[in-house]
Amino acid sequence: MTEFFQSLGMTYELAWFTATIAGILLIAFPLMAAVAMVIYVDRKVWAAINLRRGPNVVGPFGLLQSFADGIKVFLQETIIPSAANKGIFLLAPIITFTVALAAWAVVPFSAEAVLADINIGLLYILAISSLSVYGVVMSGWASNSKYPFFSAMRAAAQMISYEVSIGFIVVCVVLFAGTFNLNDIVRAQEGFGLGVINAYIVHPLLFPMWVMFFISCLAETQRVPFDLTEAESELVAGYQTEYSSMSFALFWLGEYANILLMCILNALLFFGGWLPPIDWAPLYAVPGIVWLLLKTFFFFFLFSWVMATVPRYRYDQLMRLGWKVFLPISLGFVVVISGYLMATGHYG
Amino acid sequence: MIQTLAFYLFAALVIASAVMVIMARNPVHSVLWLILAFFNAAGLMVLVGAEFIAALMVIVYVGAVAVLFLFVVMMLDIDFAELRAGFIKNFPLGIAIALVLLAELVLGIGAYQAGTLELGVPSGAAAPLLGDSNTASIGAILYRDYIFLFEGAGIILLVAMIGAIVLTHRKRPAGSRSQQDIGKQNRRNPNEATVMKQPQVGEGVEL
Repeated sequence: MTEFFQSLGMTYELAWFTATIAGILLIAFPLMAAVAMVIYVDRKVWAAINLRRGPNVVGPFGLLQSFADGIKVFLQETIIPSAANKGIFLLAPIITFTVALAAWAVVPFSAEAVLADINIGLLYILAISSLSVYGVVMSGWASNSKYPFFSAMRAAAQMISYEVSIGFIVVCVVLFAGTFNLNDIVRAQEGFGLGVINAYIVHPLLFPMWVMFFISCLAETQRVPFDLTEAESELVAGYQTEYSSMSFALFWLGEYANILLMCILNALLFFGGWLPPIDWAPLYAVPGIVWLLLKTFFFFFLFSWVMATVPRYRYDQLMRLGWKVFLPISLGFVVVISGYLMATGHYG
Repeated sequence: MIQTLAFYLFAALVIASAVMVIMARNPVHSVLWLILAFFNAAGLMVLVGAEFIAALMVIVYVGAVAVLFLFVVMMLDIDFAELRAGFIKNFPLGIAIALVLLAELVLGIGAYQAGTLELGVPSGAAAPLLGDSNTASIGAILYRDYIFLFEGAGIILLVAMIGAIVLTHRKRPAGSRSQQDIGKQNRRNPNEATVMKQPQVGEGVEL
């Protein structure tokens, strides 16, 4: 895009700057629209599984429901509890939202459509997503109220626990691909399964890793069955209890942007990202972004499906799963996969 | 231009937030300023081309260590007045430590500037060893040249970890309520755990 702005007569620096800003807007606005739509999809899937209709009043099939909700929260009053720590109370939703958007900078939507094609893309996503715990912890503390505080404590422990195993699972994929660059990881999956299937998932050593990755993603984004941070039957609404209006909406948008990010990460790391599922020439005629979005929405459907069907974990079960099951298994798989790759001469 | 601006921005923010860490009245605010300092230090790392170190800095320090700091500090009941009272008493000690650090910095940079130091690595900024990705370079150095030092550090960390667990572990009495036996819970099945009763009207149930 820099070349395009240069052809308009800009200097290189100015063209680069304009191109970057344009790229950010090109990601952020469709992302916000996508978030609004997946909230609708989430509610519809959930309703269908519960034999209800879900949102069906605003717009055709209720399609505009999320936008109506958005306008509603925008028009409400922002209430700040008098005993709250004002600065941090307002900073927390902003951090959640910013962090949720920042991670999208390195996501390759197709071979060329990536804002920052950096060679530590995957580490960058891990780094940024490890920041999202601060939004929760800060809001919980700054609210100066019991339930948000409990929620913050739970969130801090939960997100650190599952980040550890996500880290090891990601290392397994990186061992196969030999790079942290997300685009190169996708390219390494071309024809991976018997020269036909473009996905890491078909490998018997990587399939269990994907299952654990998916479950860890649920825990990392605090979705059911791991939504202990906002467990409505115990904690009112967890860290969001004292929030209203736009400060609440920012949490909401950030949460769904994070969920979409985790879905897209599933697609990129294990399901061949923007590659078509099968390495067959006519399928490459379809733009890569279509394949990526199809895969992403498939994973989003899985997220909704889980949300509608699975009961919530107890906190000690959550901790046990993270530290006593996922951590040793993923650590073991790092060793086994390194050994396998050395033995087969795949790498090193 | 942009690089110079970014450097001054990050550097100024690191110093400002480091000052705020010790100036903030509320310990939770101190930790949050510390996190900002870590984050900007990572920004400086990116500017010198060490993006791998920057990512590790954010993942390890900001994402894990500082969260635990915050966790502990939030739950502590700190008496601010008492904390302030020690300031005058510890002031000379603080100045002494600051002077030592300053002297070491001057000495270190002075010796490096003198230019007769043989460090055993190519001098100058970021000379890559393998290819151009510094992830690969760090991997090559760690696992090829300094493998024993690296593993030694790993063993020390492992021992520290086991030590921490041994020190804090306390055995709960068997059968206490806080001791969850997941295996036992999973083995329960509805036929054994529940009994269906159909009592007559006006009669109770014997359990």
